[in-house]
Order: sequence, then C-alpha cells, then structure tokens
Amino acid sequence: MTLLLRTLLVVLLLLPGLARAEGEAAALIEANRALIEKPSRQTIGPFIAELAASGDPMAAQILQAWEGKRLGLRKADGALFILAAEGEGFVLTDLTGKAAGTAAKADITELKPNAGVRGLIATALVQFTLSGPDMAARKAALDSIARDPSADHLGPLRGSIAGEDDAALLAQKQRLERLLTLQFDVDSAARVAAIQGFGTDLGLDVRGALNPLVATKRQALAGELPEGANLARELTIGRDLSRDEAYDLLVGAGLAPARLTLADQRAALAANLKDGAVAGVALAELATQGARDQAYDALEKAGLVPAAATEAEVDAAIKAHRFVDVYAEADPAVTAAAQAALGGIGTKVGAMQAADLALDAISLASIYFLAAIGLAITFGVMRVINMAHGEFIMMGAYTGYVVQLFVPNYTLSILIALPLAFAVTFAAGVAMERLIIRHLYKRPLETLLATFGVSIALQQLAKNIFGTQARPLTAPAWLDGAWVLNDVVSISYIRIAIFVLAMVFLGFFLWLMKRTRLGLQVRAVTQNPGMAASMGINPDRINMLTFGIGSGIAGIAGVAIGLFAKVTSELGNDYIVQSFMTVVVGGVGNIWGTLAGATLIGGLQKVIEWLNPSNTLAAQTYMILFIILFIQFRPRGIIALKGRAAGD
Amino acid sequence: MMPKTYLAQNRSVLIFIACLALFTLAITLMSEAYGAPLISTSFVKTLGKTLCLCLVALAMDLIWGYAGILSLGHMAFFALGGYMAGMWLMYARTEEIVVQALAQSPLPATAEEITQGIATQIFGVVGSSDFPLIWSFAHSFPLQMAMAVLVPGLLALVFGWLAFRSRVTGVYLSILTQAMTLALSLYLFQNDSGLRGNNGLSGLQNIPGLGDVGQDKLSIWFFWASALALGLGYIALSFVVSGKFGSVIRAIRDDEQRVRFLGYSVEGYKLFLFTLTAIIAALAGVLYYPQAGIINPAELAPIASIYLAVWVAIGGRGRLYGAVIGAAFVSLLSSWFTGGRAPSIPLGFYTVNWVDWWLVLLGGAFVAVTLFAPKGFGGLFDRFSGRRSPDRKGAALGPDDGSLMEKEAEA
Amino acid sequence: MSALLEVSGVSVTFDGFRAINNLSFNIGIGELRAVIGPNGAGKTTFMDIVTGKTRPDTGTVTFGERSVSLLSLSEAQIARAGVGRKFQRPTVFEDQSVTENLLMALKANRSPWRVLFWKPKVEDMARVQALAAQVGLADQLARKSGELSHGQKQWLEIGMLLAQEPRLLLVDEPAAGMTLAEREQTTAMLVDLAKTRAVVVVEHDMEFVRRLNCKVTVLHEGSVLAEGSLDHVTANPQVIDVYLGRG
Repeated sequence: MTLLLRTLLVVLLLLPGLARAEGEAAALIEANRALIEKPSRQTIGPFIAELAASGDPMAAQILQAWEGKRLGLRKADGALFILAAEGEGFVLTDLTGKAAGTAAKADITELKPNAGVRGLIATALVQFTLSGPDMAARKAALDSIARDPSADHLGPLRGSIAGEDDAALLAQKQRLERLLTLQFDVDSAARVAAIQGFGTDLGLDVRGALNPLVATKRQALAGELPEGANLARELTIGRDLSRDEAYDLLVGAGLAPARLTLADQRAALAANLKDGAVAGVALAELATQGARDQAYDALEKAGLVPAAATEAEVDAAIKAHRFVDVYAEADPAVTAAAQAALGGIGTKVGAMQAADLALDAISLASIYFLAAIGLAITFGVMRVINMAHGEFIMMGAYTGYVVQLFVPNYTLSILIALPLAFAVTFAAGVAMERLIIRHLYKRPLETLLATFGVSIALQQLAKNIFGTQARPLTAPAWLDGAWVLNDVVSISYIRIAIFVLAMVFLGFFLWLMKRTRLGLQVRAVTQNPGMAASMGINPDRINMLTFGIGSGIAGIAGVAIGLFAKVTSELGNDYIVQSFMTVVVGGVGNIWGTLAGATLIGGLQKVIEWLNPSNTLAAQTYMILFIILFIQFRPRGIIALKGRAAGD
Repeated sequence: MMPKTYLAQNRSVLIFIACLALFTLAITLMSEAYGAPLISTSFVKTLGKTLCLCLVALAMDLIWGYAGILSLGHMAFFALGGYMAGMWLMYARTEEIVVQALAQSPLPATAEEITQGIATQIFGVVGSSDFPLIWSFAHSFPLQMAMAVLVPGLLALVFGWLAFRSRVTGVYLSILTQAMTLALSLYLFQNDSGLRGNNGLSGLQNIPGLGDVGQDKLSIWFFWASALALGLGYIALSFVVSGKFGSVIRAIRDDEQRVRFLGYSVEGYKLFLFTLTAIIAALAGVLYYPQAGIINPAELAPIASIYLAVWVAIGGRGRLYGAVIGAAFVSLLSSWFTGGRAPSIPLGFYTVNWVDWWLVLLGGAFVAVTLFAPKGFGGLFDRFSGRRSPDRKGAALGPDDGSLMEKEAEA
Repeated sequence: MSALLEVSGVSVTFDGFRAINNLSFNIGIGELRAVIGPNGAGKTTFMDIVTGKTRPDTGTVTFGERSVSLLSLSEAQIARAGVGRKFQRPTVFEDQSVTENLLMALKANRSPWRVLFWKPKVEDMARVQALAAQVGLADQLARKSGELSHGQKQWLEIGMLLAQEPRLLLVDEPAAGMTLAEREQTTAMLVDLAKTRAVVVVEHDMEFVRRLNCKVTVLHEGSVLAEGSLDHVTANPQVIDVYLGRG
C-alpha cells in the first residue's frame, strides 16, 4: 500500500494534469459497456478517441490490453478486468490499476475485438505513446513511425504535437508530420505545401518520401488513358524503349500473343517429327534457322501448332498501342511538386557529392603521399631505386601490430608504434644501404633487381612469421567515427589524421632538406659526391643516414596505412607501383612534385571510380594507362627540373 | 680480317643445338609414351614448360642483357600469347562438347544454337552468355594464332612507341613496363574483360581433335614442339646478336646518345627489339599454356616478369646460353622446392620447410648474385673459355652512369 | 664560298638563364674553324643545338646546299644528314673491339632491318683497315677499345667520325688530356680532315688553336664576340677583357 501511495505521489507531482483524470477511464468504460462488449468499427471510433483523450494514465493500459485481447468480463458480476494468463487461470487487474485477485478460465469471458477495431485501438495507442510521459518511449514511437510510415499515423502524430514540451522531439515530430503529410494527406494543397516546405533538404528521409511519389509504371494502352491516371510521359519506340521491350509489354498486358521463342519452336518441331521429316522438310535440313522457320510455317498452316506472331504482326500490334509511363501517385500537382523538389535536391546533392569526392580524393592523395614520401627521399633525392620500399611500409604496419600485442591501450600503443616503426625501418634501411645498395651505386638497374630480391625475401619472411591472414592494427577509439557534415558529406577521423600526418611529413621533409646541416650535406652529396667529399663531408655516412630516414618514414607510413588497410605480407605490393608513379608523375627530386603527383593520382583515381563506381579494378587500370600517357607529354613529371641540371 | 662464316663464328650455337637435341632424345626415350617409362607424364610437361620458359628468357636476355632495357613486362606478353592460344583451345574444345550434346536432341543443331551453347558453356561462370568482341576469331585456328602474334606484338609496338618516343629510359622504363603489366592484369581480373575474369581459361590440356590421344603422347609432342621452338629461337636470336645489329644494340646499352650521333635511330632499334622479343615471348606462351592446362590473370602479375629477370640474371646476362641455363635451373629448382619435394631441415627448435622458405632463399640468392656474381652462371663458362677483358683498374667502362663496371664487361 | 651550316638568330634559355643569345654563325664547305670562349660561353650548347640534342627557343639552323632545316630532325637524322660530333671525353664503345666500333660507324643504311642482314663485304673491311691506319690504330683492330689509351680512344673516335663520312665535323676539345706528342698528331689529323670537309673545333687552349692556323670565332655569353684570324681576335680589347677579366 505504501509503495502504491508513493508511486501515486510521484505521478501526482510529475503529471498534475493527468492526476485529475484518475479513475476517469474506468468511469468512461463503465458508461459504454455495451460498446465495449460488442464493438464495431463504425461505432467505436468516438469512444476510443474519448478514452484516449481522457488523460487517465490507465487508459493506455486498458487500450493495450483490449488490443491484445487481454480484456475480460467476469461472468459472476460483469466487471471488466485486465487479464494476465497464469497457469490455468488469469491474474486480474481492475481498470484503476489495482490488483484484483485471480480467476479461473471458465469464470471469464475474454473480449476479442475484430481486426478493424484493433487497428483503431492501435492508432489511438500511437497517440498515447507519442503523448505519454516517457520520453524514451515517445522517441521510440517516432522512430518506428519514421521507419514504417502509414496514413494512420498522421492523425495521432498531429494530435501529439501540441502537447510536446521537449524541443528536440517537437522538431522531430514536426518534421515527421510534414513527411507523412506529403505522403498521406488527403488534401492535395497540403501535400504540395509540405513538399515545398522541405526546399532542398538533403535528408535521406525526405528523398525516401519523395521518391515513391515520382515512381512510374510502364504501361501499354489499347486506347485512351484510364480515368484519373497521372501520366508521366508518352514513350516513343526506338528512343525510349526498344521494339522488343514494347512488344514484351504488350504480351505482359495480355494485349498480344507471345512471340515464338527458339526453344518453343524447337520443341514444336520435335513434337511434329514424322518419318524423318517435319511438315515435309527433311530432318537433316533443319540445321538452319531458315529451314526451321519454313517448317514451322507449314505446321502453322496445317493448324498443328499455335500461331506465332510474325514480325509484321508485332509491328502492327505495337503501332496499335500507346506506351506510357504512369505515376503510381494519382495527384498531378503532387507529382509535379515532388519532381521539382527532387530536381532541386538532386542539384544540391550533386554539389555535395562533388565536395565529398574532393574530400575522398584528398584523403587518398594523402595516403599516396605518405606512402611515397619515403621514396621521394631515397628515389627522388638519392636516385636509389628501392623496390623493397613497399616492404618497409609493411614492416612498419607489422611493428604496430606487434606493439598492440603487448600494449593493449590503443592510444598508447600507436604512440609507441610510430617511433618504434621508424626505428625498425630506419635500421633495416641502413642495413640494406650498407650491405647492398652501397655496392651498386651507379648501377640503377642492378639496384632495382637486388632490392627486388630483398622485397621477395621480406614478403615471404613476413608470411612465415605472421601467417597469410590479415592482422588487425586497431585505431584508438577517438579516431573511430566520422566527421559528418550532412547525409552526403562525411569524412572519417582516421583519414583526417592521415591527412594531418602527411602534412606533418611534408613540413618535416622541407625542414630537413632546407634548414638542417644534414639536408645541406645530402643535397651536396647527391649533386657532386666527389666535391662533397673534398669539403669534408663523408658521403658514405650521408647516404646511409638519408636512406635510413627515407626508409624510416616508410615505416611510419606503414603504421598509418595499417590503421585502415588490412595488414598482410602483401601490403607493400599494393602501394609500391603507385608510390613510384607518384614520384615519377610528380617530378623526381622535388617534394612539391611528389605532392602534386599524389594529388593528381589520388584525385584522378577517385574521379574514375566515381564514373564507374562498381569497378575499382577498372579504375586502377585506367589510372595506370593515364599515367603511361601522361609521361608521354611530361616525361619529367609535373614539376620538372629544367635545363642542363636535369641531365640527359 | 674477313669475319668467319656465321656458324663457325658461333660454335656455341652448334653446341647448344646438339645438347638440346640430345636432351630431347633422352627425354623421349625415358617417356611413358615412347620409351622406357622412367619419367612421369607430368614431369615431361614440367620439362616442356621449362623449355618454353627458356625461350622467353632468351627474349628477356636479348632486350635486357644485350640492349640494356630492363623490361618488367615480358611475362605479360607471354601470358597474352597464352590467352590467345587458350581462346582457340577452349572454343574448339567446348564446340566439340556442345556439338556432341546437341546431337542428342531430335533436331540437328543450327550454327546459332552451337555458338550459343559454346558461349553459355564458356561464359556462364561470369554470368554472361554472349561472345565478347575479342573472341571474334576464336573459332578459327589460323586466325587465332595470328592473333596470338598480333595482339602482343601490337601492344608492344604501341607501348614501346609511346615509351621510347618520350625517351623514357633506365629504371623509369622498368617501372613503366611494370605499370603496364599491372594494368593489364588488373584489367583481366575483371569479369567483364571478356576473358572470364579471375577464372581464366581452363581445360587447355585437351587439344581439340586429339581427344583420343592420351596425355602421355600429347605431353611428348608438346615437349618436342617446345624444344624445336627453343632451338629455332636460339639460332634466330644468336643471329640477331651477332654482327652489326648486335654491335649496335650493345652500343645502345652502353651509350645510347653516342649511337644517336652515329646516325642510328635508337628509338627505332629499341622498338624493333621490344616488339620482336614480345612476339617471341608470346609464342613461348602459346606453347606453354596447353601444357599448363590453365591460365588466369595471376600469370601476368608483375612478379612473374621479375622472376624472369631473376632467371636471366642468375644465368648470366648478355649470353644467350646463360639465359637458358638460368631459366631452366631456377624454374626447375623452384618447382622442386615449392612442390614440397625438397626435404625439410629440422633445426631442433624450428623446422625449415622449403615451401615456406624457398622464396626467402631465392630472394637472398638473387641479392648475392647481383652483388658477387653479376655474370651469373655464364661467368663460370668464361673461366673455361678464358675470355679476355680490358684492365681498367676498376674505373667505369662506359661514359655513362648506367654503363657497365669493369667486372661485368669481361664478357 | 657558300655556307654549309648557317645558324642565325638562335637563342636558348635554361630556367631563365640565357645560354645562347641571338647567335649567328656560318661555316663554308671545307672550312676549318676554331670556336673559343671562356667557360659558360655556350660552346657546348651551340654544338648541342646543331646536333639536335637541344632545341632552341628561336632562330634557324640550316645545313647543306638545299638548306635543310636541322631543327625538325632528330639527332640520328642530323647525323645521317652529314653532321658528325666528337665529344670532349672520348666516347667509344669500350666493350667492343676497334673493328666493331669502326664497322658500326661505317656509312651504310642505318635502318634496323637492313642492319640485321648486313654483311661486311671485302671493301668494307678494307675501308676499316684504311681508317684504322689513318688514325694510327692499324695494329689494334682486334683489341677491345676499352683497353686503348686515352689518346688512342680519341683517335678511334675521330676514325669513327671519318667512317661516317660527315660533311661537317664538330669536335669538342680534342686535345684535352693528351700528351704533347698526341696533341701534335691530333692537330695534323684535324688539319688533314679539313681538306675534305668542314670542321669546327671547340677549344679553349690558345696554343692548340694557334697550331690549327684557321679562322677563329670567339663566343661570349651565348653570342659571337669577335671573328677573324687568331691574331685579329686576340688583339680585340673585348676579347682580352673576357679572357683576362675586367681588371
């Protein structure tokens, strides 16, 4: 009892308006017993509305029970109860919400309203939920209507708007009301107004509501348009639809006989095979289509097979009919407004998609740039071709994976992995320079092959150590998700981070080459090693360090790439050709060229993918073809060293 | 000072042809079909395929070892030739099956029905039942064989013209050819490429019209054909590299600018060589894939062309026999190791399984050969033949950065 | 004497640096000419333009009686038209024998197909012998040219140029790095050559130029500063300025 009082108290405090209605539902029901016991769709409406409007918190429970066939009449005294099945009987709750003991099954008459009535109750319930005290329930109800809208929801939704006190929910309700209005309202003007009210809103829900309005059905018509049909357009044979399609429509509509398929013809001929001939045509001669047609015509004349439409008949049938696209939506004002709205939205979506494409392109470009910047040092500055560059990227990614095995905190592990990957690949680069490349300077083709050997060996080693399946390199949670501008434009945080990383490396490279002593020495050694050596610079040491730094950057790029790509032993393979292309297309020996190359390749690849979204393989193919052609026109890349400095 | 006759000057050609003939005879006598069944049919096929690989290695040696153009695209031409041959094989073979199947029906089949049946059989796997345009000639053996030469040849001609015209040289050219290979393989991986996407062409070991002949005989026949092709290729290429033409292409390798000032159109020579070697590679592919039985786009992945370079480098560049030895040795060794026939080495704490470690070994061996034995196996022969070499005290030989170091020029 | 090579109004710019500035230059058939000038005067660029390695921004270059424009021809076409070039460093094909080097240079059809089936005839071998004798390499024919001394390589290169039978020969610093005796022999060779064809010698060794005893063109900052006999140009105060610095 105390508990109940307390609950009541809370309800009273929270909902003073509703509290006054306490017990009103029970009274209403008592007053309309007859209606409840024998409800009909025609008569019950006002009562349900009245009950719903009573403001009694029990009304919802009663309606729910009624809809769920859980309302019952105690045979003994005719009192109504909410039932809950328990064992062989029911637990009873009276209409004010108080427990009322139990009853055996035989003592209760269950009320079973028909489907029509239940529908009315359900609609009333929607309004209950929409106006109910529980915010989460209101939200859930709204979402469920948005998912599966129907004309029935419009009334309750409108009814609930006035009482909504939460601003966010109110906005959501109003938006949903307009979406429902434009789809289901009976008043044409109201629908048009609702459509126009959205302007060029980019929301997927708006497009989802508008698209069915402009959906059309292709029809073949024998005569005039049926009354009330909303014509979208008249179709011309040859331009809008082919002759075969038109005839298929006629056949589908039962307006013309089906044409003879080759398989049917074969079956018919085979069925009429007599004494090694069909209708006088010898079996052996039936190896050409002409002979078969001839035989079938003969059979047709003899009435042995059904008549098949000839080409002339097909033409005549098509000529005798009109072909139209008809809107499923009957109201021309609405379809016109929807077309206009979709047109406007389409233009805006196009612009937004272009922006999204640009963002995608920039992010792909930064990945290529990141993959290529190490090469810009080893290949671009030192002119050493390192085919194992991709494997250094792979080593960086695996370093990240190994670090995550030991450090479970993702943020910390990435922070450890970045310098560690640099250290690992720096060491690998220095080792490779000392052991292999140093002996092959001036023999670029040999360098290419030797580093290929290293690449093959490293790939297989990675396979032996880590297996062939992809290993995860997980980004910290704060890099999950995306920066969403609207339904069209969004960019994931990881890609933003990679863009930032790429810019940091660009800055680092410029600083290293232009502002440090090492950079000066590197430039001196690459331009004239002999002269540099005589100035007291040790070219061996400089080459080693430069190569190490280039490789180290590849390692860091590997960690970054591993965050969004799968870490496999073939990770490097996917980037090596693109990386070289980036450097070559951009212009060897110039970091801005590498940046331009990455932008060009990334941008172009995205544009090609956009033109042919289903096929990324084709995009890569055309990309490479483009690069091959590009090199025809700018053999030295976008930003070329000119004059004698470029050498021949 | 008159040069001696061609064959007298090229005794190595005679020796090579003699060795090849002896080898062919020996294998024939040990085969299941024509002799004591000492070696299996599948091994005969492996040997036949190896001979084809030797032929493409010869082409690679001509373009790289002699002319200094490190093409990483010749296995693409090889596979393209295989595809072209495979198209006919698959078409004709499917035609036999379809005709046979249609013979069961009560009516004789029309030509359209047969074509339709073949198309459905071949392209059903990629969800299509129409012949793409590139199959236009697949019904005819001579036309399709012409395609096997023309398609790779034209591709090489167009690509080479573009690349050489803009004077792409050295590593740039290598990367560009690699890009071409990658583009081609990515293209073929698509289902709508018209060549069955990554399913490739299969059943190529069944030769149309020779359904009654067993694989044991077919394998020997293809082995003979491969040996013949290799022999003819060797003679043709040794003719190409001897005399003034060989002189010019080696000069192009060492200093192409100087060759230009001598009045030779360097681009023309490169294009000629590139196309010629592409066609040789394609012909090798035509013979190879019926023995392999299946071809798919993975066959022309860039790595295949790199292996080709590896074979030639290990065998010894700038010597035709070097290329043959390298290709035969490495590819046979490779199939021995990767075939799981090589014994594992238990180290106690770890067992070296050669299927896993062969590539590591190959990569390492390749680095070692490049560093320590740039002449590969060919260098061993030089020891016996005592070739003279200029003593330049270690200075660079040629005038150009990319030219040979003294060690390599000893040939 | 009609002009064999006529260069007029040629300019070329590298990255904003004007290497050749409105240069005009003529040489007649069978003339020997020395081109001198300090470093960076544009001597090598001038030869690059004539041989087709560098394309000028403006100007015309015509060659021969029919005044063929060289600007639309490739290097190889220019070489076949009759312009031979000798580089500063000896550039012979070191991996090949002297005979092979000379055979390659021998005037013949240069198309790949013809070269493939080309067989040296008796007269070709005789010509190779004669050329080798002319440049003093008669007993070196079978040796690899990489084994030759620096001076011998220079001569071999001159021999190859002769084998090409050019009408105009551009020679870049032929005497660099030679011993005195070799220089004298080279001088004699060049003077001898100029009897049958036009020869342009680029040099900045005045002694060597004096020995050539021919008309001299002085280049400075990409254009002709003075032209005339050696005594005439060395008396020119501008030339003295350029060579000795502007005090």
